[in-house]
Amino acid sequence: MSLTSMGAEVFPPDISTTGYLVDRLFWLATGLTGVAFAAVVGALGYFLVRYRARPGRRAFYTHGNSPRALLLTSGLALVVFLLIDVNLAYHDHVAWAVVWGAPPSAREALQVEIMPEQFAWNIRYAGPDGQFRTADDVTTINQLHIPANRPVVVQLSSKDVIHSFFLPNLRIKMDAVPGMVTSLYFQAKRSGTYDIACAEHCGFGHYRMRGFLVVEESAEAFNAWLAQQTDEGPPDLSWGWQWGGKT
Amino acid sequence: MAHPPRSFWRRYVFSTNHKVIAVQYLLTGILFLAMGGLMALLIRWQLAYPWQPIPLVGKLLFPGSGGAVTPEAYPMLFTMHGGIMVFFAITPILLGAMGNYTIPLEVGARDMAFPRLNMLSYWLLFLGSMILLVSFFVPGGAAGFGWTIYAPLSSSTEVSPGWGQDLFILGLALDAVSILMGGLNYITTIMQLRAPGLTLRRLPLTLWGLFYSAVLNTLWLPIVAAALFMVLCDRRLGTAFFVAGPLAPHSGGQVLLYQHLFWGFGHPEVYILILPVWGLVGDLLSVFSRKPAFGYKATVVSMLTITILSGIVWGHHMFTSGMNPLVGKAFMILTITISVPTAIFFLNWLGTLWRGAIRLTVPMLFALGVVFVFAIGGLTGLFNALQVFDIYIHDTYFVVGHFHYTLAASVLFGAYAFIYYWFPKIFGRQMSPLLGRLHFGLSFLFLNAVFSGMFVVGLHGHMRRIADATTYEFLKPMQAWNVWIGWAALGLGLSQLLFFHNFVRSLLKGKTAPANPWQAGSLAWTVSSPPPEHNFEARPRVFCGPHEYGVPELTDGDWLSQTDPRAATLAKS
Amino acid sequence: MEHVAEGTVESPLLDIPVGKFGMWVFLISEIMFFTGLIGSYIVLRLGSTGWPQPRTILNTPLLGLNTVVLLSSSLTMVLALAAAQQDRQRALQRYLLLTALLGLTFLGIKGYDYVHMWHRGFTISSSLFGSCYYLLTGFHALHVLSGVILLLYLFTAASRGLFSAANYGRIEYSGLYWHFIDIVWVMLFAILCLV
Repeated sequence: MSLTSMGAEVFPPDISTTGYLVDRLFWLATGLTGVAFAAVVGALGYFLVRYRARPGRRAFYTHGNSPRALLLTSGLALVVFLLIDVNLAYHDHVAWAVVWGAPPSAREALQVEIMPEQFAWNIRYAGPDGQFRTADDVTTINQLHIPANRPVVVQLSSKDVIHSFFLPNLRIKMDAVPGMVTSLYFQAKRSGTYDIACAEHCGFGHYRMRGFLVVEESAEAFNAWLAQQTDEGPPDLSWGWQWGGKT
Repeated sequence: MAHPPRSFWRRYVFSTNHKVIAVQYLLTGILFLAMGGLMALLIRWQLAYPWQPIPLVGKLLFPGSGGAVTPEAYPMLFTMHGGIMVFFAITPILLGAMGNYTIPLEVGARDMAFPRLNMLSYWLLFLGSMILLVSFFVPGGAAGFGWTIYAPLSSSTEVSPGWGQDLFILGLALDAVSILMGGLNYITTIMQLRAPGLTLRRLPLTLWGLFYSAVLNTLWLPIVAAALFMVLCDRRLGTAFFVAGPLAPHSGGQVLLYQHLFWGFGHPEVYILILPVWGLVGDLLSVFSRKPAFGYKATVVSMLTITILSGIVWGHHMFTSGMNPLVGKAFMILTITISVPTAIFFLNWLGTLWRGAIRLTVPMLFALGVVFVFAIGGLTGLFNALQVFDIYIHDTYFVVGHFHYTLAASVLFGAYAFIYYWFPKIFGRQMSPLLGRLHFGLSFLFLNAVFSGMFVVGLHGHMRRIADATTYEFLKPMQAWNVWIGWAALGLGLSQLLFFHNFVRSLLKGKTAPANPWQAGSLAWTVSSPPPEHNFEARPRVFCGPHEYGVPELTDGDWLSQTDPRAATLAKS
Repeated sequence: MEHVAEGTVESPLLDIPVGKFGMWVFLISEIMFFTGLIGSYIVLRLGSTGWPQPRTILNTPLLGLNTVVLLSSSLTMVLALAAAQQDRQRALQRYLLLTALLGLTFLGIKGYDYVHMWHRGFTISSSLFGSCYYLLTGFHALHVLSGVILLLYLFTAASRGLFSAANYGRIEYSGLYWHFIDIVWVMLFAILCLV
């Protein structure tokens, strides 16, 4: 069990165009809170040693209620709040605009409908005609293939209980809720096979609700794969929500 | 005052005396703490060695599968672990026992405002806990939808059949009523029954924490009670408040409504659990630094601010729920504001230690432990508050690590601080300091090993509530960490045996405790250990606050009791 | 002098008896409980399409009558308290009994209303409106029932002479509870039937 085998990388490989913003938020937060934590632990350690009870020594009698004390503590708290909390919230706000606030247009994006159920992912494509609910729609189970370097928009709704569509290598997830439609968008910039995980407890099979995200190298490779698919998945009864629904 | 002789049952079982009720809560809580802890060990074993038979106890617990956890049993383990720890371990110890024991004594009253209601509240908890235990044995077993009881997994009998699920909700509902009754007593007693001279500015911080906690319970428990009743209706009366989509019997309700109701209570709940600890730590740091609690007024106001803010931040549990993202942003901003009052009272803790004369007794060690682990827990809360980052770590072990640092670590250390500090007063005996130090040291080590390990795997994307991480390719590098966490958890569990042994042995054979072994200034320490049946012979008269330590002009010791008339001129509070 | 005097002065938060204080704390949790239920109803109704018009399903005149019954019972409760404060024992007993009877009348009419609607197919599981209606009025009815039991207990206590002009606290606190249930009903009537 070497250090490297114990996961020297903090995060799984990032294959997305926006994931770096998530990772950067982490490092910034760790740096800032790390400084605060070191200061606290340092002060704690110092005080415990320096102000240990010793015979003949009495503590300094103060209630810390003076205007100066109040100003010092609230001032320090405010400074910490601004330097750490507000700073991080601002960076999060900026990241949000890119990761969640700029969905691609319908023309350029590949649209996919995903309807998880206990315990599998039903994944549906509009097919060559680009329209859902037509004869050339393709549905797979657990196989999400996408072309690299093209934005993808996924709309989700659950067939039974709440599931959550999690792509760790793209740093995003969204709950799939029965009775409503949610969505997310992303773009992969590296080909390969990656995990789709369910991130909301959905029953005793929750642990094995694994799907496969396959990023095809090119549009041709993707189209070739799509053309080969036979239709699987549940009948039209539960599909067919309006695109452009609630996000 | 003469009493007719009373039977064993009226004195020690069906008693209205707050001290007896407190001990009942304490023993019940400790029992369920052990149970919840055992379940945690089973969970960690399964994660470390998926589907392997558990040594020693496996065949007894899981006879049908050769001693290994099954996919159906695993959700029951984490559901019951969470439910038991929150409602039947921590709440009875910190709110039930600490609240019941300390409040009347520290305000100078003979008992709670409503002693019979108090007794009823304990027996409701007892009944609720029995119902929870029974749920293990009904067909289908115990509840398996997570302690958060998310609909529609919980509210549809199609996906979660079995009366065990209903019994879990019923047990919780009874506990909720019990807590509400207790809260009513705490609020009334603290506000209305204080001894002459005991103004609100002279109240021990522990009681402020308990008061705020009770206020939050009074306001928010009824919300979750309403939600839970609606879940039961969905399950058994054919309604569809929280069922929608294909599972719904008719047009259906709104699934997210459940989450809003639940977290509307659920977020204040975490403050309900920690506020008494913050109060206790404030008092203990003062007693054992021999120095007044620094910035007492600011601390009280900060705790009040947090109490208020806790009710308007619940959406940060729902960033991935499909909720409107702008609403999410608002919740992020509201959530981070809690940092300000938290930083204030945290700095005041450090201010109390500064230039003190620190005595590292066992309660003090645990109080200092709280300071350390709560720093980590609180700071990692910030990571969770950031909307974009949270969406990545939501439902991963990063969150689990965060709330275990603030709950299992801070609240648990707080519970131990309470027990070690108040044991002499409650039982008239002293616990072994050596065993106490060992207990602290080992717990501190193992606790940090377990829960920091969770941050590591969580950042890598390790989801919560999964029985087997090796199903996923991207989690395979994390399996070694699951093994590490598992063994550290075992170490943590075994270290608690030191506590149980110390507790039981001291109860039976501990040295007799003096009235005030800690030289503490508050009212409870002016009476014998244990106190007389009705606490005070005459109503105490209070002349100062509870933290008059290090008063310069004194020649006979370094502190003033709250009832010392000299405090009228010598003390500054 | 001021400091010594401080050691003798009690300083409760409010200058009211403990029982009254406790009843108010209890009522706050009750208010929050009904807030949870009513809030859920509002969210569910606003978020759904095709919500039926209540007056096509509910017997509004009957429920209106029930409202009058309950309001009258609040009046008799006030009179009971006044009687206690003036040491008029017989009047106290009479008004307590009357309040309880009016409460029972309310429950009787409610029961009749329920059965009638069940026969017409409007049940707790027939629609979301049905679920909300029976949930809200059902919990309210349980509170009325508890109130009636409380009143009957007070009546028996009053018959044994437990209350007087110097000792009427329990009547007052029970009155608070009773008026609270009344107010909740008026709200429910408004938002379930009239809107």
